[in-house]
Amino acid sequence: MQFSENWLRSLVGTDLDSQALSHALTMAGLEVEDMQPVAAPFTKVVVAKIVSVEKHPDADRLQVCSVDVGLAQPIQIVCGAANARAGLIAPCALVGAQLPGIDIKQAKVRGVESFGMMCSSKELGLTTEATGLLELDSLAPVGQDIRQYLDLDDHLLTLKLTPNRSDCLSLTGIARDVAAITGAATCFEEIKSVPSDTADRLNAVVAEQQACPRYCGRLITGVNAKVSTPAWMVKRLERSGLRSINVLVDVTNYVLLALGQPMHAFDASKLSGDIIVRFAQENENLRLLNEQEVSLKSDDLVIADGNGAIALAGIMGGQSTSVDEASTAVFLESAYFSPTVIAGKARRLGLSTDSSYRFERGVDFANTRLALEYATQLIKQLCGGKAGEVTECLGVLPNRLPVKLRLSRLVSVLGIPFAEDKVAQLLSQLGFTYTLEQSVFTVLPPSYRFDISIEEDLIEEIARLHGYDHIPAQAPVATLSMLEAPEARAHQAVLRDSLVAAGYQELVNYSFVDEAWETDLLANPRPIKLKNPIASNLSVMRSSLWGGLLDSLVYNLNRKQDRAMLFELGASYHYATAQQTSFTETRRIAGLAYGSAKPEQWAAAGDDVDFFEIKAHVDALLSDASALLPVSYEKAEHSALHPGQTARILIDGKAIGWLGKLHPKWQQHYSLTKSTFLFELDVDAILNRPIPAYQEVSKLLPVRRDLAVVVDENMPVSAMMAAINKAAIPMLMDVALFDIYQGQGVAENKKSLALSVLMHDTQKTLTDSDADSVMANLLQLLQNECNATLRN
Amino acid sequence: MTDLSHLIPQAQADFAASANMNELEIAKAKYLGKTGLLTDALKGLGKLSNEERPAAGAAINVVKQAVEAALISRREALLNAEQAKQLAQESIDVSLPARAQSTGGLHPVTLTLQRIEQLFHSIGFEVATGPEIETDFYNFTALNIPEDHPARAMHDTFYIDEANVLRTHTSPVQIRYMENALKTHKTPPLKIIAPGRVYRVDSDATHSPMFHQVEGLWVDEDISFANLKGVVQDFLQKFFERDDLTVRFRPSFFPFTEPSAEMDMSWNGGWLEIGGCGMVHPEVFKHVNIDSEKYRGFAFGLGVERLTMLRYGVNDLRHFFNNDLRFLSQFK
Repeated sequence: MQFSENWLRSLVGTDLDSQALSHALTMAGLEVEDMQPVAAPFTKVVVAKIVSVEKHPDADRLQVCSVDVGLAQPIQIVCGAANARAGLIAPCALVGAQLPGIDIKQAKVRGVESFGMMCSSKELGLTTEATGLLELDSLAPVGQDIRQYLDLDDHLLTLKLTPNRSDCLSLTGIARDVAAITGAATCFEEIKSVPSDTADRLNAVVAEQQACPRYCGRLITGVNAKVSTPAWMVKRLERSGLRSINVLVDVTNYVLLALGQPMHAFDASKLSGDIIVRFAQENENLRLLNEQEVSLKSDDLVIADGNGAIALAGIMGGQSTSVDEASTAVFLESAYFSPTVIAGKARRLGLSTDSSYRFERGVDFANTRLALEYATQLIKQLCGGKAGEVTECLGVLPNRLPVKLRLSRLVSVLGIPFAEDKVAQLLSQLGFTYTLEQSVFTVLPPSYRFDISIEEDLIEEIARLHGYDHIPAQAPVATLSMLEAPEARAHQAVLRDSLVAAGYQELVNYSFVDEAWETDLLANPRPIKLKNPIASNLSVMRSSLWGGLLDSLVYNLNRKQDRAMLFELGASYHYATAQQTSFTETRRIAGLAYGSAKPEQWAAAGDDVDFFEIKAHVDALLSDASALLPVSYEKAEHSALHPGQTARILIDGKAIGWLGKLHPKWQQHYSLTKSTFLFELDVDAILNRPIPAYQEVSKLLPVRRDLAVVVDENMPVSAMMAAINKAAIPMLMDVALFDIYQGQGVAENKKSLALSVLMHDTQKTLTDSDADSVMANLLQLLQNECNATLRN
Repeated sequence: MTDLSHLIPQAQADFAASANMNELEIAKAKYLGKTGLLTDALKGLGKLSNEERPAAGAAINVVKQAVEAALISRREALLNAEQAKQLAQESIDVSLPARAQSTGGLHPVTLTLQRIEQLFHSIGFEVATGPEIETDFYNFTALNIPEDHPARAMHDTFYIDEANVLRTHTSPVQIRYMENALKTHKTPPLKIIAPGRVYRVDSDATHSPMFHQVEGLWVDEDISFANLKGVVQDFLQKFFERDDLTVRFRPSFFPFTEPSAEMDMSWNGGWLEIGGCGMVHPEVFKHVNIDSEKYRGFAFGLGVERLTMLRYGVNDLRHFFNNDLRFLSQFK
C-alpha cells in the first residue's frame, strides 16, 4: 500500500517528523517498506510566467525571455527550451537556487545576461526525462514557491501490510492507527449524506444475502464525465500508484484509497433491468474491464443485469457496462462482500485487484453507505448531475462479539506488569469500546477490525501499542531435567566427521533434480514430480543423492579441479504406495570420489582411486557409526554402476546401501575422463550400534598358523568368511586374508588365498595337536563349502 | 727382557693410520692378535725365571693396557665417524611439504546448524524432525492457515499434488511433535528445535528455492513473550560470540502465533531481519489438544543461511548451493 505522507498528515495531527513517523508505523506492525521523497531537495524555484520572448541575437536556438517571478519587475532569462513562449507558466530557478546537480548563478549566455533558469521536470529531479519546460496550470500563482505549489515536500510511503490488517488499506485506516499508536487526534472530514435530487433509482435484488450482506447503489444522471480530474485528486491518486483514467473512475479509486471501500461505477445507459447479485452459472462468460474473457464457476459471485453478468463481484467490473468520458449517467455501487466468498477467486483467474485484495481481507461493513455518499458528493461536485435515491439491500452483517481480556492473562503472556488504567488507555486509543469488571475487560471490536475475536488478539494489540521494544529480554525460569542420551544410537554428526576425516567435502544440493537423472541414471520409472517446478531441470524429487554429486563434480571439473571427494547428507524421496498418494523420505549419506587418491605431490604416486580405497572409507564410516555390527558386501547390479564393480552393502544381513564404480556409459555421458566411484548409505539404518558388552580376555596367547587354499576365481571371499564365521569351529579365533595370487603354479580360473589363522583356548595353552585339529576342521570346511583345495 | 714401551707410540700411530674398522682390526692383530707382538711377548714370559717373571709381566701388561686403550679410543672414534657419516646421509629437507592427504570439510550451513543445535541443546532443547514433503494440512491448516486464507499467498508453495506440498517452513514439525508428545503421554515442558530444508517458489540473487530454517518451540506453564525475547537474544549473543548484540521485535502476523513478531538483530549500527516468532496461537494448541489455559508456548523460526552469511561474511546466497570447491574449502 503506497500513499502520500502529506495526505496522511492531513488526516491525523501528529508532530512526528517523517523518519519518526515511519519508525513508529514499523514498530507498531505497519511495516514501512519504502519511503521516498516526492522530489529531490532544491531551493529558490518559483512559479513564473514568461511575459515576452525575443530571439537571442547570437544563437538560433536560444530565446531571451522576460519572466515574471512575482517581483516588482520581470527578470531576464536566456532559455533554450522549445516550448518557451509568452504566456507560459513554468517553474523558474532564481539566482542562488540549488537544484539537483547545479547551482544557479547570474551568468552571461552568449553575451546576454541571464538571471535564473526556466526548468523542466527533469531539472527539478521530478522525472528522469523531459522534453521541455514543465508547463503549469494557467491559474498557478506566479511567485509561489514551486515546492509549495506542487506539494513537493512530501514522501511516498509504502506499507508492507500483514493480511490481518485490512483496516489499514486506506488512508482513513492508517490515520486511525497512527492516532492509536501516537495518541494524536484524527481530523476526518465529516461525510454527509447527499439528498436525492430525483426519485430515480435502480432496483437491486440480492439473491445471495450471505455472500453480499450489504449492497448500496445509486443512480446519478446528467453527469459531465468529460471534465478533467482536478489536480489535487490526480496527485493523490498518482502518489498512491494509481493512474488517472477518467473522472468517474478516478472518483471511485479515490474513495477506495480514502475510505478503503471498493466502489464500482456502471454506465447506467448500458444497463438493462434490475441489478442482481447472484452466483455465476457454471461456465458463464464475462468480459472483464481488462479485456480478459473469463469462464466462471458456480461459486463466483457476480453482479448481473437483465442481460447477464456485468461484473465479477468485489473483483472487477465488466467491459460491457464500463464508464468512459461519454457516460452521462452512472450507477454507483458500494457493497460489502463476505471475505470467504471473494477469497481465492481472483487468484483462480490469475487476477489481483485493489478491490479483491481488500474484500478477501475484510472491508468495513459499517462504511458501505457512507462511501457511496462520499462518492456521490465528489461526482456531483466535479461532474455535476442529479443524484437519485439510494438503493440499499441489507442482510445480516457480521456480528462483532465481545472479547474478554483478563489483565492477569495479559501479564502472564507478555511477561511484564500492566496497570489496569494503562490497558484502558490503550484500548481507548484504539477506539475500542469496553467495560471493565474485576480486572477483566470486555471489548467490542469495531466493524473495521476483522482480526479481533479472541483474547490473544487483544493481547497483541496492547503489546503493539505498548511497544514491543518496551518488553524486556528475559531468561525463562524453568525446571531442569537432563535430556536422554541413547548410547545405542550414534549421532549423525559422526558420519559427517568420518567422511571429512577421510578427505571428503560436504555439499548441499537441491532436493529437486533433473527428471533424466531419475529416469535414466537411477532407473526410477515414476519419480515424484512437482506441479510447479522453478525450472524444467529441477522438476522431480530425487530418489538418490548421486545425481547432485555428479553434477557438482562436473561443475568443479569445469573449474579446473582435477580430483574431487564429495559427500552429501540429506533426504531422498519416494512414493510410499502404488497409489502415489503418500511419500516416504529416507535420510541418506552419499559420497563420490574421482581422480587421484591423494592430491598431486612429491611424496606419493598419483594413482587414481579404486574400488577398495572407497570401500575402506565406507568401512571406516560404518565402523564409526554401527561400531561392532558385521558388515558385508554382495555383488549386485545397479543402473548407475559398472556391472562388475557394484556391491550391495549389508549390516547384520540387512541391505543398507550401495558402493560401486560409475557405469562407463554414464562416465562418457558426463564427459568424465577418469573412473568415478560412488556410495550411498541409509543413515537411519546405520546409526544403531550395540552397547559394548565385556567378554573375558584370555590370559593365554593365541597360536597362529597359515593356510593357503586354491578356490574358483569367482568365489567371493566374503562368502568364504561368512561360512567360516557360521561354522564357529571350536578354538578358532580369527581368520584373515593376507594374500591373493593368480598365475604360475595356480590353475587357470583359480585363485590362491593365503589365510592367517588365529586359535586360542581361554582355559589352557593349545597343544600342537589341538592346532592341527583346528586346521584340519577348517580345511575340511573350506573343501565342503567352498570347493577349496590345499595349495601345495 | 727388552723394553717394549716403544710399541705404545708405534701402535698408536698404526691405529691412527687405520681408516676403517677393517684396517683397525689388522692393526690390532699386529699387536694383540694370536701372533701379535704383545701376545708373543707374553708367551715369552714362560722362558723367564720365577724371579724375573712378575716384573717383566707387569711391564708387558702396562704396554698392553696402553695399546688396548689406544685401540678402544680409535675404535670409538671410527664408530663415531661412521655414525656421523650415516646421519649425514640420512639428512632430509624438513621443510618439504608433508605427504599430502585429501582434506575434507563441512558445508558452512552444516557448521551453523551444528552450532545452533549445540547451543539449544545446552539449555535442554531436543532436535525434532519432520517430512519435507508435507501435507497441506500440516503445512497450513493445522497452523491456522485455512485454504484461501490470504496468508497462503505469503508462501510461494511448491505443490506435489492437491494434498501435498514441499513444506514452506519448519513450523509443521511443531504440530507433529506436539501431536506425538500427546500420543506418548509426554507432557510439557516441551522444548525442541527443528532444523531442516524448506522450499519456496522463488529464485533470484537473494532467494533460493530451497533453504534452511530452524524452528524452535518451548511449551511450558509459565512461558512468556519476554522469555521468547530472552532466549532469542541469548542465542544470538552466544552464536555470534558478542555480548553487545540485541534483538528487536517488530509486530507482525503469522496465523500460528499471537502475538507475532519479526525478529531483528542489531548489526553494524543497523537492524537485520533474522526470522519470525511469537506465542503459540490457541488454535494451534487446540489442534494438538494442549490446554492453552494451562500452558503457553513460544515458537520462532530462524533463517540458517542468513545466520551463516553474517557469521562468515558470505555476501552471496547462491554460493551455498553452487557447491564450488573453492568456496566450500574455506570452511573447516
